[in-house]
Amino acid sequence: MSSKDVILGRIRSALGPGLEAPAIPRNYRRDSDKPDLDLLVERLVDYKAVVHRVTGGGIPAAILEILGAGTVVVPPGLPTEWLPPEVEAVVDDGLEADRIGAADGVVTGAAVAIAETGTIVLDASPDQGRRIITLLPDLHICVLRPEQVVASVPEAVARLDPRRPLTWISGPSATSDIELNRVEGVHGPRNLHVILVAD
Amino acid sequence: MTTFLGMPARAPRGVGHLRGDEPFPVAAREALANAQLRRNLQHATTTIRGKSGRVIAELPDWQELRAAGSALKAYTMANLPLLLEQLEEKVTAAGGVVHWAADANEANRIVTDLVRQTGERRVIKVKSMATQEIGLNEALEAAGIAPVETDLAELIVQLGDDKPSHILVPAIHRNRSEIREIFLRAMPGVDPSLTDNPPELAGAARKYLRETFLSTRVAVSGANFAVAETGTLAVVESEGNGRMCLTLPETLITVMGIEKLVPAWSDLEVFLQLLPRASTGERMNPYTSMWHGVTPGDGPQSFHLVLLDNGRSAVLADEVGRQALHCIRCSACLNVCPVYERTGGHAYGSVYPGPIGAVLSPQLTGVADNASLPYASSLCGACFDACPVQIDIPSILVHLRNQAPHPRTEAAVMAAAAYMMDRPKLYASAQRAAKLARIAGRRGRGLPPPLNGWSASRDLPAPPKETFRDWWRGR
Amino acid sequence: MRIALFATCLADTMFPAAAKATVLLLERLGHEVVFPAEQTCCGQMHINTGYQKDALPLVERYARTFDPYEVIVAPSGSCVGSVRHQHAMVAGRNARLAARATSVASRTFELSELLIDVLGVEDVGAYFPHRVTYHPTCHSLRVLRVGDKPLRLLRHVRGLDLVELPAAEQCCGFGGTFSVKNADTSTAMLADKMRHVLDTGADVCTAGDASCLMHIGGGLSRLRTGVRTVHLAEILASTEGRAA
Ligand code: SF4
Repeated sequence: MSSKDVILGRIRSALGPGLEAPAIPRNYRRDSDKPDLDLLVERLVDYKAVVHRVTGGGIPAAILEILGAGTVVVPPGLPTEWLPPEVEAVVDDGLEADRIGAADGVVTGAAVAIAETGTIVLDASPDQGRRIITLLPDLHICVLRPEQVVASVPEAVARLDPRRPLTWISGPSATSDIELNRVEGVHGPRNLHVILVAD
Repeated sequence: MTTFLGMPARAPRGVGHLRGDEPFPVAAREALANAQLRRNLQHATTTIRGKSGRVIAELPDWQELRAAGSALKAYTMANLPLLLEQLEEKVTAAGGVVHWAADANEANRIVTDLVRQTGERRVIKVKSMATQEIGLNEALEAAGIAPVETDLAELIVQLGDDKPSHILVPAIHRNRSEIREIFLRAMPGVDPSLTDNPPELAGAARKYLRETFLSTRVAVSGANFAVAETGTLAVVESEGNGRMCLTLPETLITVMGIEKLVPAWSDLEVFLQLLPRASTGERMNPYTSMWHGVTPGDGPQSFHLVLLDNGRSAVLADEVGRQALHCIRCSACLNVCPVYERTGGHAYGSVYPGPIGAVLSPQLTGVADNASLPYASSLCGACFDACPVQIDIPSILVHLRNQAPHPRTEAAVMAAAAYMMDRPKLYASAQRAAKLARIAGRRGRGLPPPLNGWSASRDLPAPPKETFRDWWRGR
Repeated sequence: MRIALFATCLADTMFPAAAKATVLLLERLGHEVVFPAEQTCCGQMHINTGYQKDALPLVERYARTFDPYEVIVAPSGSCVGSVRHQHAMVAGRNARLAARATSVASRTFELSELLIDVLGVEDVGAYFPHRVTYHPTCHSLRVLRVGDKPLRLLRHVRGLDLVELPAAEQCCGFGGTFSVKNADTSTAMLADKMRHVLDTGADVCTAGDASCLMHIGGGLSRLRTGVRTVHLAEILASTEGRAA
């Protein structure tokens, strides 16, 4: 008898015959409110992300302002017109960890953002890339379009594909381990900048 | 009793950390006498209660989310065999390998063998209650493999040669200046000018662990959620050490209790709202990682999932107690518990402290092995109100007390009291003879053992001249 | 209205003033109070200490004794909590007893519930010229969920200066046999509760449970603080002519 059979047998005998599963009351908020971009900004800032609101053409200038001249890692599908000419872009084609870690920052798009919680979700699409590239640099610049913003967690879950690697990010790396207060800056990027593009 | 295969079984003795060396009241004494510890705990729990209360108040549908979370967990338990098999199928299809561990010994053996096969002598770990429960670190060390805890609080505990005292913040009993001292004493290569400024302390951990993250090829994690419908796993964390462990190594081994399942992907919409607000008091924790088996070219290329029973099936067999398996390990019940706030976590003797520990540990081990824990509560009910999945901890405590072995004198006194109280005439004459008053002695004097603990710090009221019954009759 | 009094074993034996006050208050409000003599104890101590089998006859006795009455009152949030949330469970498979226990429980009220929800009165015409702080006992607060009912009653008492208790919702550390089995932890909880009571500058600490008051009062007396503990019923029963 395998351990699987043992465990499943134990569970079946523990449950006994015909334990009824309850109906799930889903009367919490699930439908779409119109996402409030100002709320998103407020919540991002509250958890120490820096937000830049720009119009479509303003992305390179914002990146330049954040970074100055420097090297950034970019995923293979990042729109090239986002980057200012002063910045040297290293495209991730399977870069070694030290190369990634040595860059001044990383620029990505995003899959979804949640206004109510100030969260950005990456799903490893071509404009977001492998998980490692947003992990090792100390600065993450994330470009967000308004149509990617949803109001609440249920709407974000509905938009995401559970078969992709997902990284939910709410502010820069932080810990609550010292006296249960939130302190920014442990292992992940210590600086998170969000460029929110207006229509 | 002979157990045969398929009977729910308790967590075995001699392995893991579910049983303490001393009964709770004895173990609590040390913490109660430590004024610094009590200040640290009070400060930390007061802070978190305030934070959590504020972000919960922001949600108009918190109670509806709690009800949904509770029902989802009950639904999961009722369908557990089916959902576990579904999870196995989905994880396997996504390139993972699923292992089943009936108890701590089997889980430790599986993980140790998997690490051995990689040839690696060191593993990085992201905080996981399940691996602490089974004593995985000790098992790995015995096999010559060094486990490195990467969570800041775990690191503080590991460097301080200490024991965890909280589910979420294992070093909650340490304040910033104690943490600084531990780092200065035990962290190789630490900057001697380190201050107790929290960002600096966090920075020291970042520097210390970076090289280890980059050079270790195997990671061990737990999981907060596993989605049966899709095979997706989730780890909820703050610091980014979780992301490091789940992204950088070649091999990832995840150890997960069989109760951590959720039926469908969309069910995470409930738990991802409940967990961060109840646990760290944040609208959302800094990082949540979700993965689906193996993604070619991104993250670990070898993924193993170990499904752990270790007494859980026995918990499931108890109709009242089984809701303890609904726990999502947020630690809100610890943070609001007046007993935990004063004794800290070590007194509970198990990796699961506080109210949830008082109902979970005795059920995993059998009540006789943790007989004092169901009594480590004044039944004030604060835990029930705080629990994001509405676990009725006070009722489980009362239920377990009814199963606990009772001291013989106590049982005799209780039986005698019940006998008398079921006979009003006898009861009234006992009252009139002021028996209670005589036991109590004169006002202010002590009670005999075992009641002397009570009268050590409280006066007893003067016995009244007449009972209510007498007064009523005399009207 | 005809109201049956469940005095509770603790008030009957050790704190008759709370039960007497309940009688006098309800009579003053024009109601008839009866005291079924067959009553003893609700069995809560047995249940909460792990002796449900011993508690069973007490649960049966409670149901039998009070079944004939439409409305039952007890000056204790804790005992009413036990009647309402534990008696049917103790009855277990005895379906007839469980049904009877549930029915009697639905007619059993804690004093502030009775006054506000059943009798619809907030101003009971009391007079109590003291500085008072109110401790909302855990079972009134979290088992019965009486909310601010006791405070609403106290706010109408003439002469009474009500001061808010800091960290009021925290347990005083009594917990029945908890205070014996875990005496040290209980004492630590009591110490904080007493500190908060003393911080208010009140000269009276009140609550709806004689048991918690016995605990808090025992501590305050040991420290010779001069602060008295007085049951809510006693405050509500006192009038200009008859002070508690
Ligand atoms: S029992 Fe409830 S409150 Fe306690 S840790 Fe588990 S989920 Fe959180």
